[in-house]
Amino acid sequence: MSDQAIGSRIAYVRREAGPTRPAPIMTRGVFAWVRENLFSTPMSGVLTIGSLLFVLWVAPDTFRYLISDAVWQAPDGVACRAPGAGACWAFVAAKFEYFMYGSYPRGETWRVDVTLVLGLALILWLLIPRLPRKGMAAFAFFVVYPVVAFFLLRGLEGVLPIVETNLWGGVFVSLLVAAVGIVASLPLGVLLALGRRSQLPFVKFFCVVFIEFVRGVPLITVLFMANTMLPLFVPQEWTPDRLLRPLIGVSLFAAAYMAEVVRAGLQAMPKGQFEGAMALGLPYWKMMRLIILPQALTTVIPGIVNSFIALFKDTTLVAIVGIFDFLRTVETARLDPVWAGPTISTTGYVFAAIFYWVFCFAMSRYSQMLERKLAAGRRR
Amino acid sequence: MKRLVATFAIAAAGMIAAGSASAQSGKTLEQIKQRGFLICGTNPGLAGFGLPDSQGNWTGIDVDLCRGITAAIFNDPTKVKFVPMTAKDRFTALQSGEIDVLARNGTWTQSREADLGLLFAGVNYYDGQGFMVRKKLGVNSALELNGASVCVQQGTTTELNLADFFRSNNLKYEGIAFATSDEALKAYDSGRCDAYTTDASGLYAERVKLGAVDDHVVLPEVISKEPLGPAVRQGDAQWFNIVRWTHFAMINAEELGVTKANVDEKAKTNSPEIKRLLGSEGDFGKGLGLTPDWSYRIVKHVGNYGEVFEKNVGEGSRLKIRRGLNNLWTKGGIQYAPPIR
Repeated sequence: MSDQAIGSRIAYVRREAGPTRPAPIMTRGVFAWVRENLFSTPMSGVLTIGSLLFVLWVAPDTFRYLISDAVWQAPDGVACRAPGAGACWAFVAAKFEYFMYGSYPRGETWRVDVTLVLGLALILWLLIPRLPRKGMAAFAFFVVYPVVAFFLLRGLEGVLPIVETNLWGGVFVSLLVAAVGIVASLPLGVLLALGRRSQLPFVKFFCVVFIEFVRGVPLITVLFMANTMLPLFVPQEWTPDRLLRPLIGVSLFAAAYMAEVVRAGLQAMPKGQFEGAMALGLPYWKMMRLIILPQALTTVIPGIVNSFIALFKDTTLVAIVGIFDFLRTVETARLDPVWAGPTISTTGYVFAAIFYWVFCFAMSRYSQMLERKLAAGRRR
Repeated sequence: MKRLVATFAIAAAGMIAAGSASAQSGKTLEQIKQRGFLICGTNPGLAGFGLPDSQGNWTGIDVDLCRGITAAIFNDPTKVKFVPMTAKDRFTALQSGEIDVLARNGTWTQSREADLGLLFAGVNYYDGQGFMVRKKLGVNSALELNGASVCVQQGTTTELNLADFFRSNNLKYEGIAFATSDEALKAYDSGRCDAYTTDASGLYAERVKLGAVDDHVVLPEVISKEPLGPAVRQGDAQWFNIVRWTHFAMINAEELGVTKANVDEKAKTNSPEIKRLLGSEGDFGKGLGLTPDWSYRIVKHVGNYGEVFEKNVGEGSRLKIRRGLNNLWTKGGIQYAPPIR
């Protein structure tokens, strides 16, 4: 049989592909997404409808209270006290400077602004991976910046008027406590973690005792001890500043927790990494700096950021020793008879919640970005 | 647990303070002058007594008392550093010398003087537990509250005083207790109780939080004694006298009609009492280690007791507290100051 013969017997040969039809709506598109993600099982269907009803139940009132019925502009608390009035944002606007700076003299607040902007710029330089010269940035941020910030904020005899720390307050102090805690706790924590795994018995003993002691007491006790008991045991002239005490307390406290996070990273390192480094003849510190710590710290980034977020929120505890952190200024402002009213407390606390959420969420997003980037070689 | 720690701390502090008290005698004023400013412990947040305003400046009658002391020493009411004190660390801070005077609406009690090594220099506000009711209830006295429901904060002496008051007057009541004062106030506002009870100064501060202030009235009865005043540590009689006489000078000034506005005019009058007060006759500052015009400075910079009261908690403020017990003895109150002579 020849090809010709076959060809003549075939009545129809399709030369091109038929028209493509869209995928069934059960597998693609909005409908499928909804079906797969929201109604995949009867239980999930019930939960979806339940959640939807909950949102519908809560959202209108929340919107009404926070947006449409809210008082946006008022010279004092009178309008906010009207029956049915929602959140009093005018109160937040009036107290905004107080929330930011506490009692810091109003003519001098530019010093706080400059310090914050400077700090933010340096942090961005450090944190944005694309920017060059990280070594210089680290030197500027960790060595130069604290000195500059100290003299800017506190003042320098003859150059800038001195502003005593009892006037410091607001968001500024919250950020200060958090920043000092974060910046001091990481290096201290790394040292403590290394010390705990050290072969030297004295170093090891000291680190273990310190870590276990600090982890065994609540932060409140440390702060209370620092601010109430310390002045009784040392001469009056030696008593550290009232703001410095919680700063030291928070730093040491955070360092102990950081040490345990870092130790977890060190323990996760395979023994071969240590042996390989030693086989190359690297001395202890070089081995740690070049081989072990970069890998160990990358492993525990989520843990480190977790500690930072916890620390940031723990800064509110300094209020119990009489430091006017952000939350404390909100607490105080809501008592002001000019503004006090039925909605003022709620407004203040909602504002505080938004503030803390924004900061914590930003930290968590940054850590996720960093994690993806640094752990690219080990992604599962 | 917290209370236990606090008790321990205060007891320990008391022992240490007792040991070091003699060494500090007569030194406080010298230290303040050397340092250049007074350190005053205040309440971190109590409307009318110690509270920073929107600019962060401290306001309140306790705060103004400290300004008065500062004015007497430096002739400048701004040379004072306010350190907000929590209820827990206020006494230890005073004992350890961290603050010079504690003007933080502290209640003057026997044990605080006998056991903690403190001295209360006077009473700048006579407080006590009172009742607030809705105006439309038509009640004019706490004795008419038979059968009423009363909102109160749980586990406080307020709750016990309430029970005592109703029992001793053979009245019936229904106490509804709440964990926090905010909850108790909310319940009162929503109509769950007829009356709300706490310390009178607190009642006025809470009343401000309710929408329509004028719909609520504080009843005249005060059913407990809460004398609030400034405290200093024991062992420095001169310093104690300065604080005490600053307060007395402000009361005497009010009694003699000397105000912030007219103090310069009054200084020229012939009244021997005013002359002694304002320092144009005699040298009554000497014994205190101050200048002869010490009380002139207080009135000039801060005002007399009545002015300070009205400005911070009275008619000049939103609290609108009536003078009541805190009026001068000549006007039906019990604020009474010994003469300067």
